[in-house]
Amino acid sequence: MDMKERMQLPRTPMPEQEPKVRARNFDEVPLGYTPEMAVIEAQRCIQCKQPPCVQGCPVGVDIPGFIKLVAEERFIDAAIKVKETNALPAVCGRVCPQEEQCESKCVRGLKSEAVAIGRLERFVADYERAQGQVACPECSLKTGRRVAVVGSGPAGLTVAGDLIQRGHSVTVFEALHKAGGVLVYGIPEFRLPKAIVEAEINYLERMGVEIRTSSVIGRIFTVDELFAEGYDAVFLGTGAGLPTFMNIPGENLSGIYSANEYLTRSNLMKAYRFPEYDTPIVRGRNVAVVGGGNVAMDAARTALRLGADNVYLIYRRSRAEMPARSEEVHHAEQEGVQFKLLHNPVEYLGDERGQVKAVICRRMELGEPDASGRCRPVEVAGSDYEIAIDTAVIAIGSGANPLVQGTTPGLETRRGNYIVADEATGQTSRPGVFAGGDIVTGAATVILAMGAGRKAASAIDAYLASLPAK
Amino acid sequence: MGVRILERVQLSDLVVKLVFDAPLIARKRKAGQFVILRIHEEGERVPLTIADADAEAGTLTVIFQVVGKSTRHLAELQVGDEILDLVGPLGQPTHIEKFGTVCCIGGGVGVAPVHPIMQAMKAAGNEVIAILGARNKDLIIMEDEFRKCADEVMLTTDDGSAGFHGFLNQALEETYLKPGRKIDLVVAIGPVPMMRAITEMTAKYKVPTVVSLNAVMVDGTGMCGGCRVSVGGEVKYVCVDGPEFDGHQVDFKSLTERQRTYIEQEKSSDEHYCRCLKGGN
Repeated sequence: MDMKERMQLPRTPMPEQEPKVRARNFDEVPLGYTPEMAVIEAQRCIQCKQPPCVQGCPVGVDIPGFIKLVAEERFIDAAIKVKETNALPAVCGRVCPQEEQCESKCVRGLKSEAVAIGRLERFVADYERAQGQVACPECSLKTGRRVAVVGSGPAGLTVAGDLIQRGHSVTVFEALHKAGGVLVYGIPEFRLPKAIVEAEINYLERMGVEIRTSSVIGRIFTVDELFAEGYDAVFLGTGAGLPTFMNIPGENLSGIYSANEYLTRSNLMKAYRFPEYDTPIVRGRNVAVVGGGNVAMDAARTALRLGADNVYLIYRRSRAEMPARSEEVHHAEQEGVQFKLLHNPVEYLGDERGQVKAVICRRMELGEPDASGRCRPVEVAGSDYEIAIDTAVIAIGSGANPLVQGTTPGLETRRGNYIVADEATGQTSRPGVFAGGDIVTGAATVILAMGAGRKAASAIDAYLASLPAK
Repeated sequence: MGVRILERVQLSDLVVKLVFDAPLIARKRKAGQFVILRIHEEGERVPLTIADADAEAGTLTVIFQVVGKSTRHLAELQVGDEILDLVGPLGQPTHIEKFGTVCCIGGGVGVAPVHPIMQAMKAAGNEVIAILGARNKDLIIMEDEFRKCADEVMLTTDDGSAGFHGFLNQALEETYLKPGRKIDLVVAIGPVPMMRAITEMTAKYKVPTVVSLNAVMVDGTGMCGGCRVSVGGEVKYVCVDGPEFDGHQVDFKSLTERQRTYIEQEKSSDEHYCRCLKGGN
C-alpha cells in the first residue's frame, strides 16, 4: 500500500456491545480488533522518523516499532516489542487516556484521526495471551540485592517488573488478598476483565517477582523492619485509596457508599455474583452517584448492571469541566445514566430504619474560574429539591492512606499525607526509600503511576549499584 | 499458601475457638487488635478480634459465634484444614496504662476479645474485675482463663442459671456502681445493645468507658469507609481509628442501623449455603 492510500484510510472502529445489552451485563464493552482490523489500522501509521507519539507515552513504548510488526502480521513479535518497556500492555491498552497521551501527539491526528495506538496495544497483548505463549524476557544475572515494593498497583508492578529484569530480587507486599491495586478493586470488569489483570501479574511472577498478599505494611512490618529483614531498598506505591466524604447531614445512612467500598464489593469481592460469592451489595433501584470523574462513571455504570431502574449522576459543574474521559462519559450516557449537571447534594434523608430514601439537591451555576482554571460552581439560592433514592455512591475523590507514613519516622509528607518524593527519581527524605504514583501526586491515572514507577526503578537500580559490596 | 488450623475447640453450642498457624501476626499483635480472614475463593472478608496469641509458638487464636454463612462454614473446619487468607494485626491497640481499678465486661462471644485486654491491664498493674455475661450458663465461655488472672470474676446470666440473674449493666450497677466501689475504667465488649446499656449506665456514674465496635467491614485498612461510625459528632473508621472508642461518644443508633444494612442478604446467603450442603442448589 502506498503512502497516499495509507493517508486515506479512516480510523478503524472497534466493535462493541450494544448499549442496551451491555448495560445489564458485566462483560467487557469494547470487543477488541480482529487481526484483519489490526493490520488495516497499523497501516495508517506513517512510521515517523522522530515519532512524537513515543514522547506522549509515560513509559516510552516504541510505538512505530510495534505497529510496524502488526502491519507485517508479526503479532507475537509486536507484543514482545511492547513489553520491552511496558509490563502491562493489555491493561494500558484498555485504561490509558490515549487521547491525552500517545494519540494526542500522533501526526495523523493533525489532519484526520490519530492512529488507534491503544487499541493496537490491546490487540497484540490479547493476541499473545490467546495464543497461550506469553514469553518472558531474559533477566540479568542476579545481583544479590533485595527490593521491597509496598503496594501492588500499577506503580508497584512497574517497579517490580523493571527491577526483576535488572537482576534484583523483588518482593511485593499487598494489603488486600489479590494483587493489582485499583486494577482489581477499582476498575470494573466491563472495562478491564480481571482475568487479564491476573494474567499480566502472573507474567511478573513467572519472571521471578514474589508477591505477598494480605500483608499490610505499617502493621505486619514497618519500613524500618523491612530494612532489618534484609531489603536494600523500599519502594512505596500505596496509592490514594482513602475515600472522601462530603460531611453533609445523613451521609452515614445505610445505603450510602464511598465509591471505593461500592466498587471493591462489586469488583474485588464479586458481589455482583451474590450469593454464588458471599459478599453482599445493596442493589438499589434508584441510585445517586456523586462526582464527575472516571470513578463516578464506573460506579454509575456498575449500578445499572446491578439492576437499577434509575441512575442519577450528580455533578456540581457542567459537562465541560468533568474530569472523566469523554469516552467514559459517552458510554455512561449511552447506557442510560441520567446526568444531573450543575447539581450538588446538600443532605440525605432516611426512613425510620436508617436507610437512605432521598437526596436533597441544590442547583448550581458557574462562576469565575478558580485556581484549577475551572469555573467555580456557585449555589443557586432556594433551588433545593428532593430526588427519591435508595442508594448513593460518593465518588468525589480520594486521599492518601496514612498507614505507612505514620509508622515511618523521618519520611517527609506534605498536606493530605502525601509522600514528598523527587519527581525525576522518586527519592524520598529517607535514604533507600523511594515512592511514586498516587501516594506522591494524589489520584491520577494508571499510566502516570506506571511512568513514576519506571523512573523510580531506574533510580533504585542506580542506588543499589552505589551501595558498598555485600 | 493457605493458613492452617492447628487446634479447634467447641466452647459452647454456637461458639468455636480456632488456633491458626500465623507466626508473623502472632509476633506483632497487641491487645485490642483484630484480623480479617477469607475462607475460600468465593468467600467474604470476615473481621474477628484476636482472642489470644503465642509469639513463640507462632499461633493466633480467634473465638467466634455462628451467626451466618461464613461463621457457619468456619465452624465446620477441622484441625489440618486451611483458610485462604488471614490479614492483620489490624486496628489500634488498646490504650493500656495504670488506671487503678479496671472493670472488664464481656457479653456473649465478646468475652473473648476482652481476655487479652484484661491480661494487658493486669500486667500494667491494674486491679482487674471481670464480669462475664451470657444468656445462660452453658453459653459462658473462658471462665477459667479469666479466673487465672482477674482479681475478681463475676458471672451473669439472663436466665439466672449461673451467677447474677440479669443483664450486665444491672450487674455492674448493683454490685459495683451503686455501692460506690471505685472504678477508674470500664472496658465493655459484646453485642451493640449490651454496650449501649453499659455506657448509659456508666455515664450516670461518670465512669470512663471504652467499647470495641463491630461494624460491617470490607478491607479493614481504611480504604472504603464501610465501617464508619459517628464518635463525638465526627466520622471515624472503626478499622483504623478503632475498633475501641470512648463509649460515651459513640452514636449507637447509627451503628445499629448500619449493621442491619445487609440483614436480608445475609439470611439468603446462609439459606443458600444450607441448601448447598444438603446437595441441592
